[in-house]
Amino acid sequence: MIVTDAITWILDNHSAFMVAFNRHMLMCAISLGLAALISIPTGFMVARSPRAAFVSVNTAGSLRSIPSLAILAATMPFLGIGLLPSLVALVVLAVPPLLLNTILGIREIDPAVLNAAKGMGMGRREILWQIELPLAMPSIITGVRTSAIQVIGGAALASFIGGGGLGDFVNAGIALMNMPRLLVGALPIALLAIVAEVLFGWLERRFTQKR
Amino acid sequence: MIKLEHISKVYPGSDQHAVENLDLEIESGSTVTMIGPSGCGKTTTMRMINRLETPTSGRVLVDDHDIAHVDPKALRRTIGYVIQQVGLFPHMTIEKNIATVPRLLGWERAKTERRVDELLDLVGLDPDVMRKRLPHELSGGQRQRVGFARALAADPDIMLMDEPFGAIDPITRVRLQDEFRQILHKVSKTVVIVTHDLDEAIKMGDRIAIMRDGHLLQYDTPEAILANPANDFVDSFLGQDRAIKRLALINVSQMMEPPRNIGATRSVSLEANLHVALSLILAERLDGLDIVGADGGRVGYLPRERILSAQHEATEA
Repeated sequence: MIVTDAITWILDNHSAFMVAFNRHMLMCAISLGLAALISIPTGFMVARSPRAAFVSVNTAGSLRSIPSLAILAATMPFLGIGLLPSLVALVVLAVPPLLLNTILGIREIDPAVLNAAKGMGMGRREILWQIELPLAMPSIITGVRTSAIQVIGGAALASFIGGGGLGDFVNAGIALMNMPRLLVGALPIALLAIVAEVLFGWLERRFTQKR
Repeated sequence: MIKLEHISKVYPGSDQHAVENLDLEIESGSTVTMIGPSGCGKTTTMRMINRLETPTSGRVLVDDHDIAHVDPKALRRTIGYVIQQVGLFPHMTIEKNIATVPRLLGWERAKTERRVDELLDLVGLDPDVMRKRLPHELSGGQRQRVGFARALAADPDIMLMDEPFGAIDPITRVRLQDEFRQILHKVSKTVVIVTHDLDEAIKMGDRIAIMRDGHLLQYDTPEAILANPANDFVDSFLGQDRAIKRLALINVSQMMEPPRNIGATRSVSLEANLHVALSLILAERLDGLDIVGADGGRVGYLPRERILSAQHEATEA
């Protein structure tokens, strides 16, 4: 039974597995964090201007339409191998859903709410932190969820340029025609994606229920 | 007192004046309703008072201070602002919504909480039930009550209300108009109400400002405007039934005669106006009505003929 073989392998090579697993998580967390730092402020800056929003969404979208493997390959000549080029590719993957959903979240805020806020003497900063950000939050979390799933799957490809992570087991499994080894990588990746989906879906509902 | 001096407003990219050379004085403690066809500049004019719009030329003075020299945020925190769509913050409780301006002003928590309860009471909502609710759990009428309470929170001297009853069903609207008018009178605010509903303008306003194409056509008490429209436009705007509308401004107590010994078939309260009285008389083909006081006792009698001649007596008086 290849699944039990895979689990046995994980138990026998616990530390090797954990190194790869942690590396995978680290890549996902850093790239998601960087993507959020780029997308959310950009989203807030461009959301009110239809032209700027159009340009930034389409730029991000066309970058994303390049296959992840091609981006990984393209970063290699400039950034070499290892963690850095992998992160760049993953950020490119994670930015578009986050940016798009941030912009949508802000656009969906009722103009009357902003008019009332301004009319009562709230400043730009107060409106941003007390009104716009909380109201756009459910939509932003939807973006985080989509990006997280993209990044978890995408990080498997980092193995090709020496980024490490769970993709190493998948590659080794294919190279050696060792199916249990392949599953050692593939199963946790699938599980991580499902956990991310459930977790962020729950967060999103929690924020949405509050109105 | 609010004073608009030679106010003009031209929006960028437009070659037409939204407001042109408008002068308007609003006495402290009085209510002015602004009315006119859409695009006449009434909302723009109102929004210049809290600097949501900046006049292209002219000055706005509040208590003799030119508000162009006041920080807009600080100014707006001293002016209540109510809009048709209410604009409650959907993610904040009713309590937190009402406390918006006190929070901006940095009030102490205990003082803010007391004020919120006081205001909920004032607008006829039970604080214990409402405090922790979210806006989506309220009806349209309740939401506008909260919007009104929120505008009153820091006890502003001036209230600006942009079609405050426009999105409310007709039955609730009448009740809210009555209640808000009473409250505004009690707390003696200077109030500007923008409306497109003539009956509302007549009912709520101590004075009515009628606008068209950025110009102020007539600015006077409802009685004076209904009696003497300044021009043909105002006349047609008021409608051919303006004589009947005037009846709504005359209280039955002004026209009633001493009570008769024998009761009539129908009666109205002392607070009713002649419009209501005439409607009853027409509906039931009566010769007159009894006027009853709060305790239900007859205090007067109003014969039909008195209503028919009321217009002329009121004008002469």
